[in-house]
Amino acid sequence: MPGSGKNAQPIAFINARLIDPETRYDGPGSLVVQGGVIADVVKKPSLGKLSDDIRVVDCNGAMLAPGLVDIRVKTGEPGAEQKETLKSACRAAAAGGVTSIVIQPDTDPAVDDPATVDFILRRARDIELVHVYCAGAATQKLGGERMAEIGLMLEAGARYITDVDKPIVDSKVFSRVLSYAKGFGALVAHRPADPWLSAGAVATAGEFASRMGLPSAPIVAERIMLERDLALAEITGARLLVDQITCADALESLERGRKKGVDVSASASINHLSFNELDIGDYRTFCRLDPPLRSEDDRQALIDALSSGLVQVVTSAHAPAPAEDKRLPFDEAAPGAVGLETLLAGLLSLHHEGRVALADLIRAATYAPAQLLGLPGGRVAPGAPADLVLCDIGAPFVLDADTLISKSKNSPFDGRRLQGVVLMTLAGGRIVYKAAE
Amino acid sequence: MTKLVGIDDVRARTFAFPARHFISVSDLNRLQVHDLLALSETFVALNRQQAKKLDLLKGLTLMNLFFENSTRTQSSFELAGKRLGADVVNMNPRASSMAKGETLIDTAVTLNAMHPDLLVVRHASSGAAALLAQKVSGSVVNAGDGQHEHPTQALLDALAIKQAFGRVEGLTVAICGDVAHSRVARSNVIMLSMLGANVRLVGPPTLIPGSAHRWGVEVYHDMRRGIAGADVVMMLRLQLERMQGALVPSSREYFRFYGLDREKLAAAAPHVRVMHPGPMNRGVEIDSDVADDLNVSLIQNQVEMGVAVRMAVLATLAARLEGAN
Repeated sequence: MPGSGKNAQPIAFINARLIDPETRYDGPGSLVVQGGVIADVVKKPSLGKLSDDIRVVDCNGAMLAPGLVDIRVKTGEPGAEQKETLKSACRAAAAGGVTSIVIQPDTDPAVDDPATVDFILRRARDIELVHVYCAGAATQKLGGERMAEIGLMLEAGARYITDVDKPIVDSKVFSRVLSYAKGFGALVAHRPADPWLSAGAVATAGEFASRMGLPSAPIVAERIMLERDLALAEITGARLLVDQITCADALESLERGRKKGVDVSASASINHLSFNELDIGDYRTFCRLDPPLRSEDDRQALIDALSSGLVQVVTSAHAPAPAEDKRLPFDEAAPGAVGLETLLAGLLSLHHEGRVALADLIRAATYAPAQLLGLPGGRVAPGAPADLVLCDIGAPFVLDADTLISKSKNSPFDGRRLQGVVLMTLAGGRIVYKAAE
Repeated sequence: MTKLVGIDDVRARTFAFPARHFISVSDLNRLQVHDLLALSETFVALNRQQAKKLDLLKGLTLMNLFFENSTRTQSSFELAGKRLGADVVNMNPRASSMAKGETLIDTAVTLNAMHPDLLVVRHASSGAAALLAQKVSGSVVNAGDGQHEHPTQALLDALAIKQAFGRVEGLTVAICGDVAHSRVARSNVIMLSMLGANVRLVGPPTLIPGSAHRWGVEVYHDMRRGIAGADVVMMLRLQLERMQGALVPSSREYFRFYGLDREKLAAAAPHVRVMHPGPMNRGVEIDSDVADDLNVSLIQNQVEMGVAVRMAVLATLAARLEGAN
């Protein structure tokens, strides 16, 4: 992993706006990083007298928080390295203040056996930037028919089980996947989308899609599948993660399921929290997403759900697609958006708009996902890994997608005014990114 | 032990067996099981002699009616019948009129007209033996009906355990593998619980019925924990077609987590004995190293006990038959 922070010079961060997502603390703070871990934390601007061998970083009131934990990151490795490699994804993550990423298994070949899990983790080990984890497929070749080697993949290091964008249509298969994974205590993520209603759809059914003449699916496509998933999670007692919940309708189902005692959590992508269907505008393919962008009412409901804790996790849903896959008619363009470098700024927008408390936003991209998957990051406490991001959350900028480090530049934030510049990123005590002075 | 010469000796040794048929372990009570086990033990001794033949069933006709393939159970019943002096007929319904579309009941009526006294039935459908029992005038012995029961297997397993440990009561028996599709498991849960053993079921959640925790057993999905301290580990056969992603991802994954090898077996009691109803999938549910270790494996004993137990069942049913000898 991000190697040799253990022997590096100790660093003290003083005078920071410290976010402790575990306790939702948001206030003055200082901490010391030593031997790859956080050695000391105080909720005061200074640490008092420090010994001379410690390097001191005066944060000047910038936000110091755990590095982000992004549990839904796609790369093109193996199989489509022109889109993104593990290395380019790690560099993008470091620049975005993301210190742990969970690679999705929909590669070519798919991560559906222990050897491929091992391949990803070995490749990542040599990169020595951010922490790289991976998820394993639920079914062989993501085909939705035969269970993949869930137990062996978990043993090899897979952190959760998912067929990513492909819903498992056959209820018996999904029920068995849930049941089998439960035997290992594993989390199963499932993207709720009725495959028949959403076949061919690139937009959400409604006035906008009909005016634009885009093939669309009704939002109930999400609720229908979610209701099934909740029912199966209930009878099997398995741990379910609703992957990319997007609409008010589905949030109601989620709330009911939670009240019934189903072991269910939910994630939202930063895209569905930041954009609505109108952002598609004049057929901007960077806004061609899967699930498609929803109405503003749905976006607002999703933000409320994040604020209330109904939705616990926010991801970048990083899905690199090069120009040749995006420079196409809207309905032929590849779905998805890159997001590692804009996740933090996107979250901060919700803070600047006064919609969600800063500590809650950071929690949803650090402590909450780390706890869900049992990852060590996402905390600022003595002994926790020194995975940190230092960010000037007020600094404005206009995103120019061409400046992104990611190999693919398909960002819907392109041209958007954002606030929040990452000054420094540490992973395992090592500085893995530092902004130009 | 008194010598068994005629069927009256069987009558004298046991409580009157109330049922005409032998369909399910749940029809039996603890006393009857102890009687059957005691009687079986005399047959174990007999079977080890050179002269194995008795004529307790002389004049009676035993018909083996196996709708499903079976080698060991069918030959075990055949030997049991022959050693007790019955006339044994093996019907092969798959190659006969059943294959031409005759219903089970029609077959039963036809066979009944031949007046078999003992009808041993195996069928792929749960409840088939009970259905047949309603239509024939002889005694029906269930040799396995679908995923329901296999009562003589449970009896022979109990006997093998008793012979190895001197008792069944108080022992911890872990039944591992495909419980959901196993009639052996269902019969054994009832039988071993009745005899006072602590029964555990071990397997992936896809192979353990959701309501199994209400069977009066402990359910484990982690094999090492499930067999920890167990006196007996009973492995079940897993059909290969269930291991290609349907219920289990692959046979290598199954072996890794639920196959019995030395490493996992080390969690059991030091004196642990291993059982398997056969036929085994070596390298899938059981490692050859364990299966072939005579200090550990009771698998050969199970086969031996099978004949004795079936002799006891047949003799007990015959003792009840009107006008037998």
